[in-house]
Amino acid sequence: MKTSLLTTDARTRKRNAAEARFKAYGLGAIIVAMFALVILLTSVLGNGLSAFKQTFISLEVALPEEKLDKSGVRDLEVMSKVTTIGYAPILRNALLATLEAQGIETTLSNKDIGNMISKEAAATVRNRVLANPDLVGQTVQFDLLASGRIDGYFKGRVTMESAALDANTSPEALEIAQALADAGIMQTKFNWNFFVWPDASDQRPEAAGIGVAILGSLYMMLVVLFLALPIGVASSIYLEEFAPKNRWTDIIEVNISNLAAVPSIVFGILGLAIFINFMEFNQSSPLVGGLVLTLMTLPTIIISTRAALKSVPPSIRDAALGVGASKMQSVFHHVLPLAAPGILTGTIIGLAQALGETAPLLLIGMVAFVREYPAAFTPESGLFGEASTALPVQVYNWTQRADPGFVERASGAIITLLVFLLIMNAVAIYLRRRFERRW
Amino acid sequence: MEDMIQMDRTISTQQDIKIEAKGVQVFYGDNHAIKDVDVNIADKTVTAFIGPSGCGKSTFLRCLNRMNDTIDICRVEGDILLDGEDIYDPKVDPVQLRAKVGMVFQKPNPFPKSIYDNVAYGPKIHGLARNKADLDEIVEKSLRKAALWNEVKDRLNAPGTGMSGGQQQRLCIARAIATAPEVLLMDEPCSALDPIATAQVEELIDELRQSFSVVIVTHSMQQAARVSQKTAFFHLGNLVEFDDTDKIFTNPQDSRTESYISGRIG
Repeated sequence: MKTSLLTTDARTRKRNAAEARFKAYGLGAIIVAMFALVILLTSVLGNGLSAFKQTFISLEVALPEEKLDKSGVRDLEVMSKVTTIGYAPILRNALLATLEAQGIETTLSNKDIGNMISKEAAATVRNRVLANPDLVGQTVQFDLLASGRIDGYFKGRVTMESAALDANTSPEALEIAQALADAGIMQTKFNWNFFVWPDASDQRPEAAGIGVAILGSLYMMLVVLFLALPIGVASSIYLEEFAPKNRWTDIIEVNISNLAAVPSIVFGILGLAIFINFMEFNQSSPLVGGLVLTLMTLPTIIISTRAALKSVPPSIRDAALGVGASKMQSVFHHVLPLAAPGILTGTIIGLAQALGETAPLLLIGMVAFVREYPAAFTPESGLFGEASTALPVQVYNWTQRADPGFVERASGAIITLLVFLLIMNAVAIYLRRRFERRW
Repeated sequence: MEDMIQMDRTISTQQDIKIEAKGVQVFYGDNHAIKDVDVNIADKTVTAFIGPSGCGKSTFLRCLNRMNDTIDICRVEGDILLDGEDIYDPKVDPVQLRAKVGMVFQKPNPFPKSIYDNVAYGPKIHGLARNKADLDEIVEKSLRKAALWNEVKDRLNAPGTGMSGGQQQRLCIARAIATAPEVLLMDEPCSALDPIATAQVEELIDELRQSFSVVIVTHSMQQAARVSQKTAFFHLGNLVEFDDTDKIFTNPQDSRTESYISGRIG
């Protein structure tokens, strides 16, 4: 029987149907993935974008000498005996005076009105006064943090209904806040301090920032970069170009691949045993964190570097050897420059992975509450030896806190982390495009 | 009288011998790739290696500058003497050897750098130039010898990989002769080129004969006949016949050679 090209036979129809089904599965998978991504981003951005804004009250604060400096000679030692508890009533009085001046009337007790100001504000004022004792006796303009509940009201987190059930605030307080905002005294504005301030205690989410975490993560990335890149690249060059191919190198290769798949928390246990218990480096220090992350990143860098070296055509090596270059010259003059984009991409992806890693850092104590900015070097603790925290650990930490204000902070930290990761991946793509050479 | 002349000739040719191979065996693991090859390669001549694919001619060529060292499982036995010195002596550094015995590969493989850097690389690493002017001169001389100078003199900083296949191969030849080698090995240098580029490279090979001893591996018997003075025919790892090119192509002594050049095997 002669078949016509104009009618499809059963076999062709079946094959076409299979192809159409496969395309539909693929499209479906991508749609599900995109949907999940959109949900993730909306939830994170919805919760976290408000972390970059903060409500401030601008107050004229009278700094009475009889309260702050009884000696009257501006002796810092005497003045520092007045704690933040001594400053709190001064701020409360300033707020009460402002309410009176604005003609805002309320049934709220003075104590509850004082609670509208963040507990952090007293410390802010005290630090300013101790830094500049001449302010005592004057009336000074301050931009002070509003408490977390008031801040939450302007961000939509706290409503009149929720405030009625809340022991920490009340609908009356929110009404005062609204009146102050209408008068321009209370403002919600962009808060650079989120990136600068250290962590804050449970009662004052409004004062918490990721400054220490960013610094700690930066130190760790420096340690990882300066250790993992040279060690990883050198060992891959040796394994790929110089090492004899025998059973030992096979075993090493299999083990490197296995190490890349080891759960990261295992590296944390290893780091705890070796760097803290045996070598006695400081707990919670970026040095130990960086060392652990280096161990974790090395397999990634080695594998990607070896792949990059393998992709350089052997004809280039032959050409170099053919004109009398030594093995090392052929590798360093010709093979390595051609493999560089691949190596850099692998390194940046390894760094990005390390930047987002939490589990091993929990085990070496980086989960501690740290308010002091770690110094890069001190004679007592050595290089990167001061206690610190890291971005992903800070996120983990904040999600454990009771105050809902910390949910916003955690989401803000996640956004910051995601932005860093996006930048790193963009740099990786740029470098690959820029230095990729064809032959 | 006849005998006397015969003797004279042998002595004079022996002085001209550049590379002397005696009883060379090459093994790839258990595979015996080259079996007991004896070849004398004369100075200032073109010697062609012909034979069917897999007969070992390229393998033998790569023994001459120890490029086979890079293959772990490869093992070479026998003696290969360059100017009377054993190149497989443990005291010989292959890097020094390869500066004396240059190589051009089957596929044009310029470095992904500028034309100038391609040619200048060898002289640089061997310290052949004392200053930039010296280096410029070497580059120009090599490119002129490779019949490429007029085409590229205005774009020495252009990438070598951007040229046509024939130009790339001549650039590789320029790169090889820039280190002032004594022997030039060519592994099927024209197999990736079109007929016009092939003709240019062949012309070049004939000119290079003035200064070097050239050894060329080729699949094309016509090419061997055109460019070489001596021809060696390899078959299944054996050197079947080695003689003047004219003799091999007009009056082969071995029946296998005859079958190959007349197209019955290979």
